[in-house]
Amino acid sequence: MDLQGSRIAITGGTSGLGLALVRELLGRGAQVAFVARTRDQVERVAREYPGAHGIVGDVSKKNDIYPIALQVTGVLGGLDVLINNASSLGPTPLALLADTDCEDVELALATNLLGPFRLTKALLGALAASAREGRGAVVLNVSSDAAINAYPFWGAYGASKAALHQMTRIWNEELAAEGIRFSSLDPGDMDTPLHTVALPDADPATLKRPEASAREFADAIAASLPERVAVIDRAEYRT
Amino acid sequence: MIAASRPIQRSPLSRLLAVDVHGRIAHHARSRFVDLLRPDDLVVANDAATLPASLCGVHRPSGAEIEVRLAGRASLAQDDVHEFTAVVFGAGDFRTPTEDRPLPPPLSPGDRLALGPLSATIETLLDHPRLVSLHFDGTSGEIWNGLAGHGRPIQYAHVPTPLALWDVWTPVAGVPAAFEPPSAGFVLNGESIRALRERGIALVSLTHAAGISSTGDADLDRRLPFDEPYRIPDATAAAIRRTKAAGGRIVAVGTTVVRALEDAAACDGIVRAGDGVAKGRIGPATHLRVVAAILSGTHEPGSSHYELLRAFVTDAALRRASTELEAYGYRTHEFGDSVFIEKAMFRQALHPEHADRTPTLSLSTGERVAREAIDGQAGVARGSTSSPRAGL
Repeated sequence: MDLQGSRIAITGGTSGLGLALVRELLGRGAQVAFVARTRDQVERVAREYPGAHGIVGDVSKKNDIYPIALQVTGVLGGLDVLINNASSLGPTPLALLADTDCEDVELALATNLLGPFRLTKALLGALAASAREGRGAVVLNVSSDAAINAYPFWGAYGASKAALHQMTRIWNEELAAEGIRFSSLDPGDMDTPLHTVALPDADPATLKRPEASAREFADAIAASLPERVAVIDRAEYRT
Repeated sequence: MIAASRPIQRSPLSRLLAVDVHGRIAHHARSRFVDLLRPDDLVVANDAATLPASLCGVHRPSGAEIEVRLAGRASLAQDDVHEFTAVVFGAGDFRTPTEDRPLPPPLSPGDRLALGPLSATIETLLDHPRLVSLHFDGTSGEIWNGLAGHGRPIQYAHVPTPLALWDVWTPVAGVPAAFEPPSAGFVLNGESIRALRERGIALVSLTHAAGISSTGDADLDRRLPFDEPYRIPDATAAAIRRTKAAGGRIVAVGTTVVRALEDAAACDGIVRAGDGVAKGRIGPATHLRVVAAILSGTHEPGSSHYELLRAFVTDAALRRASTELEAYGYRTHEFGDSVFIEKAMFRQALHPEHADRTPTLSLSTGERVAREAIDGQAGVARGSTSSPRAGL
């Protein structure tokens, strides 16, 4: 299913699932802007995928949110799809809650809950405009089975993803009537840098490739957007 | 009026002065503006987000500190960010009232400006020593990045604390295109949008590059508003046609919506989708062909916004409204109180030459009432009416 002309922003776009999404969505014809913290990494990915717009910013930082939103809507000329993918594990290596520093819980919440909340709120006007224009509007929040299951050692991450999951459901209830669809998707256990940090001893061969999850996400996005209107009647336009 | 000095978009104390189709004035809490609307109304908002259009920096040839305020561009295309019209100030910032700001050094075409991470060249002076066209170096992505990192919202001395983008983006802000906030839209938060929907009142939007409101220079201020590009989506144009055909009113949230819609309909009264540039001023001589009511800020007589309101109501009604705004201590400027003004029946009688351009079917309820009243009036004045549309 193609996403020709859809305007899509992805946070955490320089590695793992985010990078696989940049590649997959560009391949389906989307206009893509991606966000990541490290300038060198953003420039590397932008060089590799010249069709994608790289934006340097940290979603866990309040003062980065509006500059990110300005650049996303500026370079794309609007926004149809926001993918909140950037995530923090909290303490690394993973720790029991009893051994977890409060600052690590704060970081997990800032990245996995507050960041997506703030960025969604800043981009809500653009998404609502897209919905009103019949282009559709989708917010996809990357979740985890740790949002549902109580895994020891995954306290900070699991609690923040559980909160994000619930917030996603409430956003969806509140904004469905405006045509903005929210969903949280669990990509599964993937062979990504984040997974390596969390479980260094895992055998990569047993893990899902991020490219496979990216294809599933792209299919989910395409299914949530309205059928593309083939050609707008140019006679309707003034010259 | 009192200047609203704190950047609060929706104060629970915000008030709304309403002028109805008969020129009658009423006072409301602004949060109740939805109560003034009807189920067949169509609310049209400006969904432009506000650019961080104030850029401090250095005029390279002289080494002098300057502030550049971006004030216009040719189109809303996302890669059309190399060329801007801009007003240049000398050293200092918003804390000094604009009319007291020092002049910039003498500016010439070819002068280089260093504006934080951005570099620009003055291309031409636009018939004024402080109004220039600028060309920014770099790709459009680099320019957006530079604006995001270095630009600040344009602001004035009546708000003493520095504004952030979240202070000036309305809840419906989408594409960054405005140079100052289309602040009438501050009222459109989640709750008021929900209230509109629950009453079956549709909300649509257009994007209009709201320009700067003041330059501190009398000659330049007389040239405001500058040309402002706008974009009307298909869905918005279609909703306007449906509403007019069904006899509903088009309610503009803000003066910029009036400028865009009336410009788009200038040819034959029909709003078509697409891109345009609003050029002329709207004032007492303008016959409004699309908009039947406006929600706007409170404006001081003499400003271009006040002039625009003169297209809606008689000068006598506006004077009465101004007197009440003063008497009741309304607050003004972008974070101030609001007015809701229905197009007066009597003003239409001032423009009999346009009567034939408004199809009878598209008259709103308010306009129908007005028409009947005016028809009666005209009949009395002339002793007889040969046509039911005489006097309109």
